[in-house]
Amino acid sequence: MTKLSGTILDGECRPEGRGAGTGPRTSAIVREAITITLRGRKVVGGYAEGEALVTRDTISGWGGINPMTGTVIETRHELRGQTFKDKVLVFPGAKGSSGWSAAFHVTRITGTAPKALVFNEMTTKIALGAVVMRIPSVTDFDQDPLEVIENGDWVKVDGDRGIVEIHRGPRG
Amino acid sequence: MLDGREGKARQKAMDLLVRYGEALGAERFVDTTNVAGVPAYYSPVLLDYYKVTPDDAYDVIYSRFDLDSDEVVEVPRVMVNSCALQGGVDAEGWKTLGKNYDALRMSEQSESASAARGVRILKTCTPYLAGNVPKQGEHCAWMESSAVVYCNSVLGARTNTEGRESTSAAMLTGKIPDYGFHRDDFRVATHHIQVEVPVESMLDWGMLGYFIGAEVGERIPVVTGRIGRPDLIRHKHFGAAAASSGGVEMYHLVGVTPEAETLEQALGARLPLEFIPYGKAEQRRTYEELNSKARDTNVDFVMLGCPHAALEQLREIAGLLDGKRLSENCKLWVFTSRAIKVEAEASGYVGVIRAAGGVVLTDTCSSIAQAVPPGTKVVALDSAKQTHYLPAIMGIQAWFGTTADCINAALTGRWNGRAP
Repeated sequence: MTKLSGTILDGECRPEGRGAGTGPRTSAIVREAITITLRGRKVVGGYAEGEALVTRDTISGWGGINPMTGTVIETRHELRGQTFKDKVLVFPGAKGSSGWSAAFHVTRITGTAPKALVFNEMTTKIALGAVVMRIPSVTDFDQDPLEVIENGDWVKVDGDRGIVEIHRGPRG
Repeated sequence: MLDGREGKARQKAMDLLVRYGEALGAERFVDTTNVAGVPAYYSPVLLDYYKVTPDDAYDVIYSRFDLDSDEVVEVPRVMVNSCALQGGVDAEGWKTLGKNYDALRMSEQSESASAARGVRILKTCTPYLAGNVPKQGEHCAWMESSAVVYCNSVLGARTNTEGRESTSAAMLTGKIPDYGFHRDDFRVATHHIQVEVPVESMLDWGMLGYFIGAEVGERIPVVTGRIGRPDLIRHKHFGAAAASSGGVEMYHLVGVTPEAETLEQALGARLPLEFIPYGKAEQRRTYEELNSKARDTNVDFVMLGCPHAALEQLREIAGLLDGKRLSENCKLWVFTSRAIKVEAEASGYVGVIRAAGGVVLTDTCSSIAQAVPPGTKVVALDSAKQTHYLPAIMGIQAWFGTTADCINAALTGRWNGRAP
């Protein structure tokens, strides 16, 4: 049985991981490799793993991304200029034009799609986009993935079981 | 339909709708009688990828892209009232838009193949101005966020923001997942916005929508206070703005929209999650934000008609231009639907705009067509939605103001807009 390690390890990693806002991090503190598991609901099945790209901004499809390059283009977006190609995209959800699904559908064709979607807010845009990208996607988590997952974490997404496993290597 | 007894295309369409419904967590479908989408819209990237030409692309693109099917199926006539929304090229003004003949041919081939299958060719983001007006309570499956928010809020019909694939599938099946705005409990307001400054002009309504979208995201606002009785155009600009800065798909205006006779009704007798005032400071901040993408007061392009201009807007534009000439340094493009353009021609408005040096275009807009006059550096706009998208898409500066501010810029080549 996979241990529901999220809640347990959460307490262990927080003081070092995000600093909890207390005092400067010193080189003496070495963070150990950890694994966190989130449980959610299947949106699209399948399995994929990759590096996390995390944003707290919702993402527009048409007009918000360039589907030829898999890049966020929206003015003032936290990820502006960054690519989600082959990343596990961790974000609050979709916004904007109804061209969301078609724009992300084109990323599947151009080979610039993310590997998987991990998100909070269900909408018709994101559901349809995930379906036609045919990438494992999970939502409705027991913990907020935006609080837990950091840029660069290695994330394994098991769409069928609705399980997301986060691996963070040791850092000094 | 899923068992294939009604043909392969309907089977593939149902298969996609089932996967979509499961992704949403929906348990059943509703019967939809009004679908608005962009069936088998051709683009170079799709033609290249599927190795087809515009002459033989319809079934391939409809099957493989729209229905997300690995198998190519023959696409039959649509099953329910269906219409085609805006595209990327104007059949008459394609040269003005800088499009080549291939782009025109692509658009025409896709359009005629859709028409042959019974799709109404409205070619507009405002189907409700071009003859497709759903009745209250009707289950629709519409794309185009500005049309969706109008459909739910002003008409009291029911649609989620559908996408290209789900609308193309719904055209063939008359089914769409029973989720979201099809359900009574989903349509109640979550956020209460109290308007403390008078909101009157189209500019005022665009700004209020832009503010609310950014505040509430995908949630449902109910608005009270100094809102008067907005006309169709104000609804159109308000909803489009709220759907761009956020993901607003429905709003309630107390005493105005059909599901908000009272604040209590709009809120479903629940307390709002948040109470948000909109006063002078918020209005000022919104105006500044919408004008934060411009520095240069020399304007070389004015684009109006987002969402597509209503007849009254063309009348206003013609009135402002009557007997005048545009600055040599500035171009003016006004976008509308084919249906409204015919009426505006009959009313003489198109002639007046043309005589002043402007152009009335249909089917598309600068953002969708990714088209501005060559060398454009600074555009002036009267639409918060277009201001949200166009600078990012085309890499240009954009001023936001009233229609009169924009026409003034077109006549003088300079921006003189002022905050209200």
